This record gives sequence, structure tokens and C-alpha cells, in this order.
Amino acid sequence: MLTRMLGVDKLALAEDVVQDALLTAFQTWRLTGVPEHFAAWLTTAARNRAISLLRRQRTAQRLAPEVGRFLDEERTPPAASLEGDELRMMFSCCQPRLREEAQVALILHLLCGFSVGEVAAAFLVTEAAMHKRLSRGKKVLAESKRLFELTTADFAPRLSAVQRALYLLFNEGYHGAGPEVVRAELCREAMRLARLLLAHPPSATPASRALAALMCLDAARLPGRVDDAGNLTALSEQDRSRWDASLIAEGMELLEASAAGEEVTPYHLEAAIAAIHAAAGRAEDTRWGDIVDLYDALLRIRPSPVVALNRAISVAEHAGPERGLEALAAIDDRDRLAAYPFFTAAIGELELRSGRFDRAREHFRAAYGLARNEGERRFLERRIAECDRLARS
Amino acid sequence: MAEFAYLYREVDKGPASPQEMQERLKNWTAWFQDLQAKGHIKQRGVPLTVGGATVKGRERQVHDGPYAESKDIVMGVTVVEARDLAQAIELARGCPVLDSGGLVEVRPVRQL
Repeated sequence: MLTRMLGVDKLALAEDVVQDALLTAFQTWRLTGVPEHFAAWLTTAARNRAISLLRRQRTAQRLAPEVGRFLDEERTPPAASLEGDELRMMFSCCQPRLREEAQVALILHLLCGFSVGEVAAAFLVTEAAMHKRLSRGKKVLAESKRLFELTTADFAPRLSAVQRALYLLFNEGYHGAGPEVVRAELCREAMRLARLLLAHPPSATPASRALAALMCLDAARLPGRVDDAGNLTALSEQDRSRWDASLIAEGMELLEASAAGEEVTPYHLEAAIAAIHAAAGRAEDTRWGDIVDLYDALLRIRPSPVVALNRAISVAEHAGPERGLEALAAIDDRDRLAAYPFFTAAIGELELRSGRFDRAREHFRAAYGLARNEGERRFLERRIAECDRLARS
Repeated sequence: MAEFAYLYREVDKGPASPQEMQERLKNWTAWFQDLQAKGHIKQRGVPLTVGGATVKGRERQVHDGPYAESKDIVMGVTVVEARDLAQAIELARGCPVLDSGGLVEVRPVRQL
């Protein structure tokens, strides 16, 4: 059934470790019968692969409901074991011999079905570099004897890699490089898996709660992020009445619960930032000073050029565009952002607010050249038009 | 009724896609269920992996293998009950190993 829908040509992915494990299982189970517990495991692997393949097709939306129905019918095993199997698969990829970044890349690639290009985009590295990293990772996984057989003792040390993978999965959906502006289904998948972490005692840590809080609070804004015409809408211009109040409530509750431990993780800080946005009834009510402080703290524990970029934008909101431009210019490794359209667009935006329309237009045009999808291009076209309009008036 | 052993021989191929494997597993399950329902399954049998070793001759020479490179490795054995060889062959025609390029050896079990 799946094969028929997907077409045989889409099924070639011979080197996958997951498939190796599946082959072994297949050769055993065809004679012994499938153990009830593992039926779920197999279905999940097949389903994940099917979803990832479908996602990559233009016809995804047309076919997805059909697949969903088929899979629902197939899902006879109890949901609990299905969830456990899915979690176990993620944790298995977090092999301690691999660097955390490689673990995350493998989870995204092998279990979430991301293409090499998409994983590369999530890490801001070239596709060739990511290809290398993934090949090395697969080799290590292939040498690992205990793939998919984890004990509770293995769980805790691998939790942070799993959290980070879910975080990146969510972000890919939210700010993704894919052809659609927002791929809400990726966000939903990440949230589903994050809730799974919370449902399972060893992984239900304060950091997991903070991560889930962050996802809820960000996802709450999804309905406002794209307008009726499918255009990307800046945070300041969003119709806040479209934000999902129940997700905001859930996120706030989770954030509060996440304060239980000693530890402050990046997820705590990002969730706190999202909470400030969610709490602001109007864009001008946003407590930007607090947000700048939170970004400063975030930069201390997880320095990254993207965090520095977001901090600079908050500085601009708090202290004016000139301060923001200074903060942008002061980003340490800003060359890593060179291919990121929103970095160039941010400079354009602040130049625009400073009244330097020609410079702003130049930057928006450069950003347009870097844009990764139609939504980003339309957004930047509107900003360029705005520069033209203000330059004339 | 007589007993026959099915020896599933195939080349140990690289992994197919999960969809394909799920499909094949479904076919195997269906095939077994059918045989079971008609009372043909005597012993469902054992799956075998490749590798291991062969012990040979009076000298007890030990060799590695069989390996994945060799043709038609026995990957499993099932014992069925059938009227005669003709019926055992007929039943074997439905075996999914045939669809993935393998073969079924149908061998009468020597009755003691």
C-alpha cells in the first residue's frame, strides 16, 4: 500500500542503519512471527520514513490524509509501546562516542527524515560538510552493538542530545528552509515527541519541561505568523488575537514547573523570552529590556551567532536602531551568518528605521538573493517596496 | 500425510526500504497464517543468520562461513505436512521468498 503510493523510485536509501536493524528483524520475524511489542517499532520506522518521503513531495498535502488513515488502521499495537519504541530509537542514535552535534544530525536525518541539505541548514554548515559528518556518524552507529537496546541507565546521559534534536526539529518547522513558509507538521511532531519525554519519568526533567514550554509558547504564535495570503508576518505586525491561548496557558504552566531544579538551560531562557512575547497584549507592551537580559544570559551558556543576532534585534527594539546596528556589527563570528537571509534583512530593517532608505534597500535586496523559499522572498519584496515608498515620501 | 522440510535459500541482500520490508513481512505472515489455518504447519522452524562456520571431514576441518557473497544460503527451515510431494510443491509456490529472488527447496522428511 505504502509502496504503491510512494512509488518504488523513492525508496532507495540502502545504507541506513535503521534499515539494517529492520533487515535483521525482518529475517527473524518472518519465521518466528512478529513479537507484539515490536510490531509497533516496525510500523513506526516505516511510518516515519513514509512521512518524511511524503513531506518531500509536492503532493504531500493531497496524500497525507490517506496515509494517516492507512496508518491508523495499521496501528493495532498499544500506543504505549509505540511511544516507547519511538523514544528508544531516538536515544539509540545518541551514541556517546559521537559529538552531540553529530548525534543530533543523525536523529534528524535517520529518524525524522531530514535531507542532508536540511540538516546542514539547521547547523549553518555546507551540505558537503554535513554529508561527511553523517557518514562518519553512521559508521560509528553501525559498529555499535547495542543499537535499539537501551537500558534506563543509558537514558539520562543521552537526554540532552535528544532534547536538542527535538529543539532543532521544532525550529526547522518554525523557521524552516523548506519550500513552505512554516511547516507546522514538523512543529507538531517535535511537540508530540517532547510531550513523550514528559510522559516518561527518566526523561521528564526540568529541562524537558522548559523545552516543551518553549515549543508551546512559540507554536501558540503560529496562527499569527502567516497571514491569510500565506505571507510571513513580522512579530510586531501579527494579529495577536489569533495566537493560541490554550497553548500559551500550557506553555506558561510548563515554564513554571520547569523551575523545579537548580539548572538553568538554554530552553529555560528561550522559553522565558517566548513567555514575555506571549504576555504582551500589544507589540509595544513587550518588555524588551528583560528580553535583552535573557539573551545576554543565553549567550553566556550557549554562544551562537543566531542568538547574537536575536539579541541585537532586541537591543534595537529596546534602545533604538543605531544601538541595534552596533550590536549587529559586534557579533563575533558574523561570517557564519553570511548565508542567513535574516541577518542581512535585520541590517536592512534597522537602516530603514534609521531613515537610510537606500542602504536599507541594498541590504533587503542582498537578503532576497539569499532567501530560501517563496514566503521569505515575498516578505523581502514587501520590505523593498516599503523602502521605495519611504524614499519617495 | 507426509512431512516435508522447506529450506529457504536466498542471497543475503542489503537492506530494502522499511516499507518494502513491512510489505514482505506482511506477505510472510499471511502465507504462514494460510498454511497454519489449513493445518500444514508442523514446525514453524528457525531463522538462520549468515556466517558461523562449517566443520568438514575426518580431519574436522573448520572453515568460516557461509558468507553473504555465496549464492543461496539456507536462511531458515520450516517443516510442513502435506498429502504428497506434489501438494508440498503447490504450497511452496506461495512462499514470499520467491518474490525477493530466493528459492524454496522442498525435501521429504525421512520417516522413521
